[in-house]
Amino acid sequence: SFPGITAIQRQRETHIYSGWSLMGRRLACLSATTPPDSDPTGRRQVHSMLKLYYGMNEEGKVESLDPCDINGPHFDPEVYLNKLRKECSLGELMDHESCTVKQIRSLDSDMQTLVYENYNKFISATDTIRKMKNDFKKMEDEMDCLSANMAAITEFSAHISGTLQDQHAQITKLSGVHTLLRKLQFLFELPARLNKCLELQAYAQAVSAHRRARCVLQQYSHMPSFRGIQDDCHVIMEQLAQQLRQKFRDGGSSAKDLSECVELLLQLDEPAEELCDKFLSHAQSRLEADLQGLEAELIDSLVTDTDILEFIDRGCNEFVSNLCLVIASYQELFINHPQEGELASKKIPEMANGKLHVFVDTLAARYFSLVERRIQEEKGVGDNSLLVRALDRFHRRLQAISKLLPGSAVPSQGTEIVVRAARERIKQYLSALQTFYHDSLTDVRQALAAPRGATSKDATPSLPELLTSLSNFILNQLKSVLASVHLFTAKDITFSNKPYFKGEFCSQGVREGLVVSFIKFICQSSRQYCESAGDRGGSTPPALLLLLSRLCLDYETSTISYILTLTDEQFLVQHHTPVTPVTALCAEAREAAQKLLNHYVKVQGLIISQMLRKSVETRDWVNTIEPRNVRAVMKRVVEDTTSIDVQVGLLYEEGVRKAHSSDSSKRTFSVYSSSRQQIRYAPSYTPSAPMDTSLLSNIHKLFSERIDIFSPVEFNKVSVLTGIIKISLKTFLECVRLRTFGRYGLQQIQVDCHYLQMYLWRFVSDENLVHFLLDEIVGSAAHRCLDPSPMEQSVIEVICERG
Amino acid sequence: MKMDDDAPVIYGLEFQARALTAQTAETDAIRFLVGTQSLKFDNQIHIIDFDDENNMINKSVLLHDAGEIWHISGSPADKAVLTTCYSKTSENRVLTCAAVWRMPPEWESGSHESPDDSSNNPQTLELLCHLDNTAHGSVACVLWEPLGDGKRVISLAENHVLLWDLQESSTKATISSTATLEGKGQLKFTAGKWSPHHNSTQLVTANDTAIRGWDLRSMSQIYCIENAHGQLVRDLDFNPNKQYYLASCGDDCKVKFWDVRHINEPVKCLEEHSHWVWSVRYNHSHDQLLLTGSSDSRVILSNMVSISSEPFGHLVDDDDLSDNEENQQEDKGKEPLQDSIIATYEEHEDSVYAVEWSAADPWLFASLSYDGRLVINRVPRALKYRILL
Repeated sequence: SFPGITAIQRQRETHIYSGWSLMGRRLACLSATTPPDSDPTGRRQVHSMLKLYYGMNEEGKVESLDPCDINGPHFDPEVYLNKLRKECSLGELMDHESCTVKQIRSLDSDMQTLVYENYNKFISATDTIRKMKNDFKKMEDEMDCLSANMAAITEFSAHISGTLQDQHAQITKLSGVHTLLRKLQFLFELPARLNKCLELQAYAQAVSAHRRARCVLQQYSHMPSFRGIQDDCHVIMEQLAQQLRQKFRDGGSSAKDLSECVELLLQLDEPAEELCDKFLSHAQSRLEADLQGLEAELIDSLVTDTDILEFIDRGCNEFVSNLCLVIASYQELFINHPQEGELASKKIPEMANGKLHVFVDTLAARYFSLVERRIQEEKGVGDNSLLVRALDRFHRRLQAISKLLPGSAVPSQGTEIVVRAARERIKQYLSALQTFYHDSLTDVRQALAAPRGATSKDATPSLPELLTSLSNFILNQLKSVLASVHLFTAKDITFSNKPYFKGEFCSQGVREGLVVSFIKFICQSSRQYCESAGDRGGSTPPALLLLLSRLCLDYETSTISYILTLTDEQFLVQHHTPVTPVTALCAEAREAAQKLLNHYVKVQGLIISQMLRKSVETRDWVNTIEPRNVRAVMKRVVEDTTSIDVQVGLLYEEGVRKAHSSDSSKRTFSVYSSSRQQIRYAPSYTPSAPMDTSLLSNIHKLFSERIDIFSPVEFNKVSVLTGIIKISLKTFLECVRLRTFGRYGLQQIQVDCHYLQMYLWRFVSDENLVHFLLDEIVGSAAHRCLDPSPMEQSVIEVICERG
Repeated sequence: MKMDDDAPVIYGLEFQARALTAQTAETDAIRFLVGTQSLKFDNQIHIIDFDDENNMINKSVLLHDAGEIWHISGSPADKAVLTTCYSKTSENRVLTCAAVWRMPPEWESGSHESPDDSSNNPQTLELLCHLDNTAHGSVACVLWEPLGDGKRVISLAENHVLLWDLQESSTKATISSTATLEGKGQLKFTAGKWSPHHNSTQLVTANDTAIRGWDLRSMSQIYCIENAHGQLVRDLDFNPNKQYYLASCGDDCKVKFWDVRHINEPVKCLEEHSHWVWSVRYNHSHDQLLLTGSSDSRVILSNMVSISSEPFGHLVDDDDLSDNEENQQEDKGKEPLQDSIIATYEEHEDSVYAVEWSAADPWLFASLSYDGRLVINRVPRALKYRILL
């Protein structure tokens, strides 16, 4: 086609169209009944009329059907007039008429103006149309000329293509031959090219070239020439494969090289299984080197004391990351690699994946054993954060493997190692706490044993201070251990959200294994002090017993629940295994406290007993002189009792005692009358009655409760002192009963007992107990006296007052 | 049988007393001998006969005017012969002596006729011989050769072990051999026991906290348990059926059981009394039954079956039992037998210094407290049947 002509045509058409549209517009103006620039309602009216004219009536627009609408299409002058006549008064009719006349008049003038204007427009339109007619005629001639030219051109073109037809077919054939020749040339040159590639070690190129030719050669292998080429290629490729294998075997080359190597070999139809094995064994040798490095460091670390974090770091950076690399490249090569054609049918990924798992598991097992050995070396409990960080890193890095190798057991084994390490850690902390506790006790023991310098009371800490410091030491140590252990469950530690660390670690591990065990240990070891210390009081200083007893009691009342609340808060226990209830622990602590206090009473009682026993056993009571003084041992007994009273008072509350008589120390022994009574032996008594003993004391025995000498005491000072005094006086009594006294011997006992009476009543809960036992002693002494003539009470008092 | 058969029978002496023994050679009558302690009056030996059928006590009193009695022991061969340890005061010096006595032959007939008269006109013991100890000091106790012919006794005087031969119907006593305990301080035996095992060639003694074993042939020490008790050891007894087993008691309120082949640790330890334990006695027939008396005024009967010669209960012949009983017995036999306290006897109101099993009835025992109260008790019948059946 001829674009020039089309353009011209289009121009013409445009002219025509614009002409028509111009006309249209003018016509529209003609049809308007009102001037275009009147009020908006009028203009709308005009529009609607135009639309009506062009058949573009808007749907839905309700036309006025009112016959009275003077502007409506259904206007009925008759109806209108009737309506006016009916509705309007005369005046209004007059007005309306004048108005109507005025409107008619203005309409007439408007009409005239419009007609005039339109006339002018018609004239100019006629002119335009005439001019257009001329233009069209000229154009028609030009068009005729153009069509003649076109016909000529078509003729020429047909002629030319007719002449060129033959040559074109020839050229197509030639170019086909050319391609074939080029291919053949490629084939012939292939051996040489392959050789060259081999020389240049451009293996990839060689393989791709060979691959391209392989099918063809295969297809035409029945032709001798092609067969020759194929054989040559085969030899070369064999050589190449050999070289590749060599390269693959040698190792040392980079992972990228290696993977390229593998890819090529795969393309050369090398069995994938063998390749996998080779690849893995190659990787293994390198990873083994890493492991050996690690092992060497492990052995070194015993000597050079490198910390565990360094070790794990090295393990992660060398072994784990290399392992990850191996896994990744292996997967890239054998598993994720999209295999086409025949390779795809061999199910290489499944086989390769299996091999990979075995490989990873074996190596990881060795790695884990190394890590575990290293963790076991970690015995110091000072800083737990290093271990936790190391474990965290260890665990975190294993997650990479889990991402790479989804089904692998390695990460879960890693988690198990962490769990084991945590368990081990708890055990270590427990034993550390126990050691600490023992050490603290040793310190306390030393502090107690330290000679109390004259009036240097501030030099040696008092019992309450020791107790507070011991208690605080233990509590602080426990808290710091809890804080250390708490690191295991910190939010930023990867393994803290494992079920073990959320549940069992908190409840069975920390709460039971650490805290509860430690508290039990305290009770246990306290009880051991009561058993192993020997009955003579021996190795354990009584003050330590007292202190431990108070410690256990404090544990019972507050410390245990505090510690356990603290633990439960820090380790939100979600595990629902049964845990030792606080009450059970408290009961145990109370039992230990009771046992310790009982033992304290026993030990102190025995110390005083021993003095009294020696004093009674070693004296010749028959041949003694008239008493002038209280024996020194009695003063010693009172002194010791007083100091025990002070000691116990430091740690225990006073306790309740029965109201004593106004003048307890001045009480006289009614027993002398009874001991005299016993001298007046009366045969009239029934023979079965125990006549020969003090009647009064027997009556007392009948009506008072039995006195248990080594009986449990209460947790207060009075009870403790009562226990000690009971033991001492009972010993005194039994010893007296084994001796025989002269007159002065009895009197000495009287004096001694009175002295004890003066001072001991204040320590006990029920002074009658002291009275009773002392009565018994004097009574027994009187009974065992060869010449029982008691000393006057007043004399006794004088001697005792004198001191 | 009456309902109150298990109720204790109480007998009161007029004097304080520490010494109690069963009449060892008497196997028919249940008879105990009690020696009194009085410094002002003539001391007595009360012969307590227990009439098991009528649950009654018959007593006879013999005068022992030599002094207050600390220890009394009957001959295993002649029931009329006994030894006492008594204290004698002369020149303001108190010495505990020992002598062998014979009861007058008439005491038995006289007592039955009018028991009340005996106190008015008591018969006197016949002195056979003194175990002269002036050279060795106070005697703690005299021990007859167990199961012997009544011709050998041992006296423990201060730190000496004296082995006597009684000749000429026990009227002459000669020291056949002696042993002396040497050591630091003033050593003094507090108690001793002649072992019934090993052909009566062994003796065990206690001094302070130590227990020593002696071979009587060489009169030398064969073992020593140092610090056997935390405090003084008060009494000892051999297990009658297990030759190496020994019970001891002392001021640490404990009763300990020893296997003398392994003296480092006691086999077992009881701590039931709340004051010193003065006396410990194995039952002669059933060695799981153990009696202890203490100055907490209590007597405790324990069943120490785990270390007895019958740790699995009495072995029963199947033929003796009907099928039904057999089954029951098997069931019982399967239960592990536990050591336990059978009973705590609280009839005493003063320190109990001596307890003794009857020589004639293995289910009966007597205990004596300082105030002169003698209490005779029986092993609870339920236990008795459990042991027998």
